[in-house]
Amino acid sequence: MFSSVEAGLIYAVMALGVYLSFRILDFPDLTVDGSFVTGASVAAVLIVNGANPFAASAAALLAGFAAGVLTGLLHTKGKINPLLSGILMMIALYSINLRIMGKSNVPLLQQETVITNITAVWRQAGLDAAFNQLVSFTGFAPRTWAVLVSMAIVALMVKGLLDWLLKTEVGIALRATGDNKPMVASFSANTDWLIVFGLGLSNALVALSGALVAQYGGFSDVGMGIGMIVIGLASVIIGEALFGARSVARATWAVIGGAIVYRLILALALRVEFLETGDVKLITALIVMMALVVPNTLAAQKERQRKKRRVRQLERGETVAGAETNYKSV
Amino acid sequence: MLELKRITKVFNEGTADEKIALRGIDLTLAPGDFVTVIGSNGAGKSTLMNIISGRLSPDTGEVWINGRDVTALKEHARARYIGRVFQDPMAGTAPHMTIEENLALAYNRTKRRTLSLGVTKQKREWFRETLRTLHLGLEDRLAAKVGLLSGGERQALSLLMATFTKPDVLLLDEHTAALDPARAELVTELTKQMVEQHRLTTLMVTHNMEQAIRLGNRLIMMDGGQIIFAAEGKEKEELTVERLLEAFQRIRGSQFASDRAVLSS
Repeated sequence: MFSSVEAGLIYAVMALGVYLSFRILDFPDLTVDGSFVTGASVAAVLIVNGANPFAASAAALLAGFAAGVLTGLLHTKGKINPLLSGILMMIALYSINLRIMGKSNVPLLQQETVITNITAVWRQAGLDAAFNQLVSFTGFAPRTWAVLVSMAIVALMVKGLLDWLLKTEVGIALRATGDNKPMVASFSANTDWLIVFGLGLSNALVALSGALVAQYGGFSDVGMGIGMIVIGLASVIIGEALFGARSVARATWAVIGGAIVYRLILALALRVEFLETGDVKLITALIVMMALVVPNTLAAQKERQRKKRRVRQLERGETVAGAETNYKSV
Repeated sequence: MLELKRITKVFNEGTADEKIALRGIDLTLAPGDFVTVIGSNGAGKSTLMNIISGRLSPDTGEVWINGRDVTALKEHARARYIGRVFQDPMAGTAPHMTIEENLALAYNRTKRRTLSLGVTKQKREWFRETLRTLHLGLEDRLAAKVGLLSGGERQALSLLMATFTKPDVLLLDEHTAALDPARAELVTELTKQMVEQHRLTTLMVTHNMEQAIRLGNRLIMMDGGQIIFAAEGKEKEELTVERLLEAFQRIRGSQFASDRAVLSS
């Protein structure tokens, strides 16, 4: 459970990226499946070759940005439909990721990573004892608090940055592009570049998340991005359903919450005897399906009941507001 | 201010559906001119608007604004000179964003967008003042999502967003056609008020002949992609719907082909 929250916070960065493309730009960007691994691969290869893990993570972020920019260019300049642009980039990235790693899996177990670095500093400062004391009444003491706290800080920083960006002049144009694109052009904003920039930023976050997941899990694997977009969507949809999305700041909170809740649901689901690790993707798909279908069905049911009530009222001869209309001759 | 030189536009050229939308349109608007455009369906009014705004590019001819050839400029680049209100109240605003955010977007029409805050305290105050001129109470609902507004309110907001940055040219594309009579009247009044206040050079397409006669200092009638009738000054002031229909019949030798236009007289 504790590790679910840790993982949730790392994946929250990816989910915030998906929120940016899917909700803000209204662009279902499948590049995510590829750019997540690109981030992981770039970071892993650099770390194995002795680079500073923080610098390696930053490089991963830039690589993700480049991937997103390419998807954006495919769509805006190449006039390819959004889904197809993303799929093309995703497939292309699969090969590119293999090239970056030179093989399908790069282990990081004995390497110095962002995670080991932070944990070491944390130990030296003796912070674990302090945190354990804080929750001593529960009798709960995790391996270390370092990952949880540092990843929470990363997620919050990304959230803060995103909240701020979307309130700037550029950010308002970015949001309007996803809301009413033709209108944005009539107010002299270049929607093409806004989409390219937005997708770049979205995939930069996804790649950063990939780099952190690789360092947290101790490996980068060419298959680790499969279905990542669905996990991102699950986090966004669950978060919005549970915590609301009235404003951008609220929605970004919700997305982080959604990412954590998703990991918790998954952990609980996997405790069911019958289910195996391989079922994870199926469970994810089911969660997203339910989150999409259930609210609609409920709304439709409400509507049907409302109509039934109205018919009954009419049968009883009551006057219903709006039921009588005088058609005047025109 | 706005100059159109021999604009032609053909859709689906070389196919069975070939349609000549505009045939050599020449039109010049002096600063402060308010020109109303009427014409039957398919006369080329909307095509003309789209060519001026840059959403479509003409096959031949040039568009000049403020002594500058803007024919090659894309829509977003040209929008620095143009304010525009569309027929559909949904088209001119971003529904999931607040009133103040919509205004902030419009505020940047003539300026480069930067990473500074879109809605500052100062701007908010100014937005509130500007909204007050609409007399719709929107100044108290700055943080409301625009999607919650009625069609009339949205169209009034669109009009404000298009005009409060004083564009060189204002394009109104049947912007009251989708509203009920009372709200259409309100938006028409606001249009008059804003155009006069900022002395905007305006081109307004309308289906409503009576409105076309009542507003503006010039009137043009289009048919088959051409300007077939123009009136200004005293001649325009003396126009009536009957005289317009008569003129059309005289020139074209046929009935004006829009039942909507006749009915709205």
